[in-house]
Amino acid sequence: MANKLVNWFKQRFPIEKTYQENLTRYYLPKNFNFWYLLGSLALVMLGLQLFTGIFLSMYYTPTAKEAFASVEFIMRDVNYGWLIRYLHSTGASFFFIVIYLHMFRSLLYGSHKRPRELVWLLGMLLYLVLLAEAFMGYLLPWGQMSYWGAQVITSLFSAIPVIGPKLTLWMRGDYMVADATLHRFFALHIIAVPLIMIFLVRLHIKALHYVGANNPLGIDITINSKDNQTIPFHPYYTLKDLWGLAIFLLIFTLIVFFAPEFGGYFLEPTNFIPADPLQTPAHIAPIWYMTPFYAMLRAVPDKLWGVMTMAAAIAILFVLPWLDRSPVRSIRYRGWMSKMALFIFSLSFLGLGYLGLTEVTPWRTLLARVFTMGYFAFFLLMPFYTALEKSKPLPERIA
Amino acid sequence: MMKPYLTIILLVLGTLLFKLAQASETSIKLQQAHIYPSDKASLQRGAKLFMNYCSGCHSLQYMRYQRIAEDLGINEKLLKENLIFSAAKPGDPVESALLSTDAKNWFGVVPPDLTLIAKIRGVNWLYTFLHGFYQDENRPWGTNNILFPEVAMPHVLAPLQGIQTYSPLKPEQPQPILQLKQPGLLTAREYDQAINDLVNFLAYTAAPEKLKRQYLGMGVLLFLAIFAILTYLLKREYWKKINQRSL
Repeated sequence: MANKLVNWFKQRFPIEKTYQENLTRYYLPKNFNFWYLLGSLALVMLGLQLFTGIFLSMYYTPTAKEAFASVEFIMRDVNYGWLIRYLHSTGASFFFIVIYLHMFRSLLYGSHKRPRELVWLLGMLLYLVLLAEAFMGYLLPWGQMSYWGAQVITSLFSAIPVIGPKLTLWMRGDYMVADATLHRFFALHIIAVPLIMIFLVRLHIKALHYVGANNPLGIDITINSKDNQTIPFHPYYTLKDLWGLAIFLLIFTLIVFFAPEFGGYFLEPTNFIPADPLQTPAHIAPIWYMTPFYAMLRAVPDKLWGVMTMAAAIAILFVLPWLDRSPVRSIRYRGWMSKMALFIFSLSFLGLGYLGLTEVTPWRTLLARVFTMGYFAFFLLMPFYTALEKSKPLPERIA
Repeated sequence: MMKPYLTIILLVLGTLLFKLAQASETSIKLQQAHIYPSDKASLQRGAKLFMNYCSGCHSLQYMRYQRIAEDLGINEKLLKENLIFSAAKPGDPVESALLSTDAKNWFGVVPPDLTLIAKIRGVNWLYTFLHGFYQDENRPWGTNNILFPEVAMPHVLAPLQGIQTYSPLKPEQPQPILQLKQPGLLTAREYDQAINDLVNFLAYTAAPEKLKRQYLGMGVLLFLAIFAILTYLLKREYWKKINQRSL
């Protein structure tokens, strides 16, 4: 009976082919390390956000009058509402942790280089969309930080010459962030952007499976080869990823259950005050995953130039594959200049992230400027140092 | 990989720069509150203090009487007789009797809702704030606060604590000192305890799920630990073949 049913489907849908192409006959280099868990973890986080988001939207009310109270209703009166909400809010931060590490992996092993440029581009598009998704989601609790964060970020668009003010008005649907803004951000956050994300993830994975995965050595491996260099995704990497997932979930649930606000970094204290358009908080800081760009914005004295610096910081990521002239992919075989550059870049990014969380002092502004230069120097000087340096000889195959 | 000494030098340099960048914020040093979410007796005393001294002006609008009673182990009879001073039913949220228009006229501001105050200000801030009232004839209510200067709130707990005076800051003393001029109903220690109970209660109202969350969290962690061990063993079993093949 069960067999018959399976056969009925087999004749009408390529179950076996799909299964083989993506799992049992999807061959991968056998030397994946920790960094290669992050792709599947990102997929799990997306799933978790979609799942918890559905339940939150059953109780959440997207109106300026009731939004804040409805979140507290979820936290107090809905059965296990606090769990769903904390999974979602802490999940957002963990999604970004995973994504940042996933992106860093690419820089480490040169995964953005030919032939995976499109995988990188789709990934960067996903990152941009994820930032938008997180930004709009952060408005929904309608706390002081939600409100003023959105007010500051949307006002950035008004710096654009000629169309700026009109564009800002169009985006907000009002002269300041208001009920209309909350409504549209809710619609975009729960329907439009998630749909785009799912579609982009599909393309990202499809493109990756077509060109095959990179590996820590960064050497080319013929896909589907039978020379002991590759192994099928299932059961080897499904099991390895499952183990990785278990460890990841241990850390994740530790935070969710014992420090869901993470000392004010995942949920800011000021955001427990309902939004008040008449009272600006003394210190407005976006949530941690946006602070590197916020620090850049504040480091530049002029608003328009600041906005352009921020935009450039993200735009430059898209052209990375064409800035990298190194004959090798992996950091293991690159020269000292690449290693140094990657270190300075990481330090700058983390430094900017820290500075964006704190209040401005002259010293910090100076430091933020140094780090901003460090961030851009990594990309702008890349064509030179990657071409100049001497790389080490590559191994023939995975040992 | 990165040369280790270079990494260390850069890390040290980075840390030094951050230390320099950290602004030296001069503010009142906060006193330590001790939060015990499972100490029901303390929470009950805190609830009693809140209802008697705070709820006249401050609401707990996201908290229901019934929920407080259930979580704190107070039966409905006791709840109705001792904690509900308005016409509210047990299922109602804790609203204050003060109208916002009256509040504006009398105090200049509407007293904030206190459900989430422990998350907004932090428990140590609340503990210090409630210890920080002193006599100041220049203020409309005759009191001021060292932690929150010019606060609109009068010292409601003065009958318990007594009246403190403020001795002006001398250069050699880092913290302003408050001295008890006129004792109240409680000794200094009893007052500390009472404020700790009240802050404990406010920490509870800010996160009423905390105990349940941590209890459930232990179970989840235990499950995941076992799950991690099993998946590791399964993975190792499958990967044996791969690792042997490469030899």
